[in-house]
Amino acid sequence: MPLSDELRDLYQQVILDHSRNPRNHGEIPPPCLHAHGDNPSCGDEIDVWLRLSDDGQNIEDLKFTGQGCAISQASASMMTQKIKGKSKEQAAAMREDFRRVVMGDGTPQDEEALGELILLEGVQKFPQRVKCAMLAWRAVEQALDSGQG
Amino acid sequence: MDWHRIRSDFPIFDQQVHGHPLVYLDSAASSQKPRAVIQALSHYYERDNANVHRALHELSVRATDAFEAARKKVAGFIGAATDDEIIFTRGTTEGINLVANTWGTQNLRPGDVILITGMEHHSNLVPWQLLAQRTGATLKHIPVLDDGTLDSAAIETLLNDQVKLFAFVHISNSLGTINPARELCAKARAVGAVTLLDGAQSAGHMPIDVRELGCDFFVFSGHKMCGPTGIGVLYGRMKLLETMPPWHGGGEMILSVSLEASTYKPPPHRFEAGTPDIAGVIGLGAAIDYLQAIGLENIQRHDHNLSNYAVQQMREVPGIRILGPDFGHRGALVAFHLDCAHPHDLVEFANSHGVAMRGGHHCTQPLMKRFKVPGTTRASFYFYNTLEEINRLVEVLHAARQFFT
Ligand SMILES: Cc1ncc(COP(=O)(O)O)c(C=O)c1O
Repeated sequence: MPLSDELRDLYQQVILDHSRNPRNHGEIPPPCLHAHGDNPSCGDEIDVWLRLSDDGQNIEDLKFTGQGCAISQASASMMTQKIKGKSKEQAAAMREDFRRVVMGDGTPQDEEALGELILLEGVQKFPQRVKCAMLAWRAVEQALDSGQG
Repeated sequence: MDWHRIRSDFPIFDQQVHGHPLVYLDSAASSQKPRAVIQALSHYYERDNANVHRALHELSVRATDAFEAARKKVAGFIGAATDDEIIFTRGTTEGINLVANTWGTQNLRPGDVILITGMEHHSNLVPWQLLAQRTGATLKHIPVLDDGTLDSAAIETLLNDQVKLFAFVHISNSLGTINPARELCAKARAVGAVTLLDGAQSAGHMPIDVRELGCDFFVFSGHKMCGPTGIGVLYGRMKLLETMPPWHGGGEMILSVSLEASTYKPPPHRFEAGTPDIAGVIGLGAAIDYLQAIGLENIQRHDHNLSNYAVQQMREVPGIRILGPDFGHRGALVAFHLDCAHPHDLVEFANSHGVAMRGGHHCTQPLMKRFKVPGTTRASFYFYNTLEEINRLVEVLHAARQFFT
């Protein structure tokens, strides 16, 4: 059965591989930052656990658990690989770049930093899946915000 | 029956989706509309459009006649004793909320029980939660067994004389289960409970006779049975309707109004405040004419053939888990889970092949929890679907398995 180009772009092998074998999967024991994200309309769920460096500036460790579609889980898995070890500012800049990529909203500032996350640009053709791709990123933002207080 | 000719009554099927013929398997969410219904809507707007019940001019008389003629059709369609037992609503959801806010508020006291089942659509759950909070009544439910049927042993203990209202779904939109409505209504009557039957998935799919079913209230939506969106029906037994206070106040529902107080019309107009969805009502009437010309028994038989064939074929797909009851107790839908693909990925994959299905919790989150699935994919059928379309679905499922594994 022939597959459309859009579908092949959406579900590239790397993406399917991340969804089947998620990296950095699991929980980090406290003390750590934690946030739960979900898309109530479709039931996707992600929990992220995050440990910052002593000065509170860098993301030293990051893990996630969750259930949901291949896009939400692959995006989470790929994200953990890319933002682990980065500063909070770098992570925020990558989130904005990644949002641009999946929404087709301008070009990213630092494409190289995104690495294979660029592969999720196929989501552009499926606007209702943007929230799946962004779910883990929103959860990380929330976890970081919870650490501000 | 010439089902292929009947299918050609639906203009929407004359199109390709993503380069493939449209295979529409989401009728449980909303059905497609035959030309006769679409034409009834445009005829009304082009020839007869005016407000009802309020003026003496020609167009208003025509609109009012068509409106009230549709009420008569609905009464005949479900076997109501009189036309006045038919209240037009926006749909199933509004009908249930109307009962909860009128009969419910008037009759429930702390200690009373509202009984539902574990397979209710959120629209037959949340209004009762709200009512329980308001009145101090307790909400209980009958559990669902692994095979997707109701736990009959639990019914015997739960359906006791504390139960003031028993509200349950006739055909489950998530499992396909056809509940034994007549038997359940009889049991409820024996303990003095009032019954509300959610007919969203049964109306238009099988002959309905509310008096034979023995329910006190019956609710359904026009859009799931070839009618327009935005129109639905609440049937209530006149003995109950007469005693119920109004819900919405406004024009159309009053006898006389002073600045201090008002008196209200008898049912059904007491419950139809404001300008109704006149076109919707007329379109619903046209849908009923259309369905009755095909014959509800014929539709029921075709539904049955489609879902039996689908279950047989889909069972052969490796890694599939089909929810819901076996042959003979299942309405026109199959909900399932494929081990290799999340419902949204599967629905996306199918969509790219022109096959429209729905994935998710289907507004029955407690049921998803009960069956320990994050959601399911649902293929739902109506009389315009064909066995070839089910073959196409099965091909797509096999291809999806290869793709996602
Ligand atoms: C069993 C059942 N009850 C109630 C509803 C709600 O119907 P509506 O949204 O038309 O009010 C639906 C529709 O999905 C349904 O399937």
